Amino acid sequence: MTSLPENPAPRRLGLVIDLDICVGCHACAVNCKEWNSGGHMAPLTDLNAYGDAPRGVWFNRIHTFEVEADGSVEAEEGVGGSCGRTVHFPKSCLHCETPDCVTVCPTGASYKRAEDGIVLVNEALCIGCKLCSWACPYGAREFDEDVGVMKKCTLCIDKIYNENLPEADRVPACVATCPTHARHFGDLADPQSDVSILVAERGGYDLMPELGYRPTNKYLPPRPRQGDAAMPALPMQPTSSQPAKIHPFLRWVDNLLSR
Amino acid sequence: MHPAYSVIFFTSASGGGYGLLFWLGLLGAGSYLPTNRWFAVFAFTFALLMVSAGLVASTFHLGRPERAWRAFSQWRSSWLSREGVMSLVTYMPAGLMAIVWILYERILSWVGLLLCLCTLLTILCTAMIYASLKPIRRWRHPLTPVGYLMIGLGSGALWLSCFTRLFDGGLPCAWIAFGMLLVGAAVKLLYWQDIDHERPVSTAATATGLGDPGKVRLFAAPHTSENYLQREMAFQIGRKHAGKLRRWSLVAGFLVPALLALLSRFLPTGPAMLVLLLAVISNGIGVLVERWLFFAEARHTVTLYYGADAA
Repeated sequence: MTSLPENPAPRRLGLVIDLDICVGCHACAVNCKEWNSGGHMAPLTDLNAYGDAPRGVWFNRIHTFEVEADGSVEAEEGVGGSCGRTVHFPKSCLHCETPDCVTVCPTGASYKRAEDGIVLVNEALCIGCKLCSWACPYGAREFDEDVGVMKKCTLCIDKIYNENLPEADRVPACVATCPTHARHFGDLADPQSDVSILVAERGGYDLMPELGYRPTNKYLPPRPRQGDAAMPALPMQPTSSQPAKIHPFLRWVDNLLSR
Repeated sequence: MHPAYSVIFFTSASGGGYGLLFWLGLLGAGSYLPTNRWFAVFAFTFALLMVSAGLVASTFHLGRPERAWRAFSQWRSSWLSREGVMSLVTYMPAGLMAIVWILYERILSWVGLLLCLCTLLTILCTAMIYASLKPIRRWRHPLTPVGYLMIGLGSGALWLSCFTRLFDGGLPCAWIAFGMLLVGAAVKLLYWQDIDHERPVSTAATATGLGDPGKVRLFAAPHTSENYLQREMAFQIGRKHAGKLRRWSLVAGFLVPALLALLSRFLPTGPAMLVLLLAVISNGIGVLVERWLFFAEARHTVTLYYGADAA
């Protein structure tokens, strides 16, 4: 059934991602690929893996953004600080509360579990129409060209409930491997859970809240950096707009005076 | 959005086919069409061929076409499923009306009206597949279903005017085609004007939650080569030529066929048929261009994670 569960799930399992301490090492994406290549949605097909243009299915991708300084006083309190910064931004399925990717599915292959809110694909029912990937604003679903069905993050459903593993290991692969503890896993429906407390303390937020998908996963903003306020705001300039030809002596003077 | 040729052909051909069935149902119910059985043979065969060819083509872009039958199950939530169900349901009044018309040269009015309702619902379901997608603002637009309906009914009326002219009976359908094509052109003009002046709701800032609009830029993409999301949803080529393609589709798809349909009223049957045939070909090309643009011009919010500022 691609209708959503009628009652809100008693548990809402999801991830909380700390953008303040993510170093963009891509280990979470690699370990995700490693675990899930043998997991619930296996295989995560790669085509032309060693060629010029490899393409394949990933459940987790790490984007890197640069955030320009705003220069205003308010901005110093906010994300950018008074000078620009680089933010690494891992993104996987957000296991939304009202996921249109589920309701648009014509076959019943996409579904949201009533017990823990995890959004999954039943590969045996999927016809590969790709409509769910169009309905997801976040780009969480990727089509497996080789198998002909849609694939997505399972929140490591085959790991988090796996009783053969020690209890401490029953977390998604991306969370288990993160060397900086930038990723947290837990029940976001429980206000007393570690992840809920973290979200409340650090001002965790939703991605694209204006679309109304109500994502379960939350992002923690980068903290304002110490000393930001003392530094002058330097707007970023595209390199091409700088004077192309400048006399070496003048450049030396410029550098000297700019220190 | 990447324009899949199978889907472009499906929406154009089936849209026109349902349009033709709509007019057969409506004008047939009102006794404005020839009761001649050969008229029904030609018109219904052509309509059902276009509808069926489109539906078959629509399975070509599936990863697992052999499972397509499963798409009839989720009509409670999915417009794609509703579209599948309605396309099958519509065959029933169409088939019944055609059989009685061909065998007994009688037109069942109530079946005709039922056919009208079914065809409208089917075109509407097709349009709603696109119009219900929140991440694609240019599709989630009130004029999306209006455009699909008007263009389908326009092509259908043009096709019908060929058959009524051939059998030289009933209402002068070329006038209907003329009117519908102009309405279609007006809807597309309004739509294009509206999407050109839209203010983006989602930006790289809302997609990442980092900083103010215009202050967040992609610095490094996740991977060195293009992935599925970029190939499927970050289609670029269309926008560069959008202005030119819009003019072509407006002229070829609507204005030329409308004028040719008008002209056919003042010609003897032989030349009129030739002119109408030209109108049908011109309309077909224009509608295909329009549908290609509908896909190519649409921006998906996932592009915000791959370097776009707004979507």
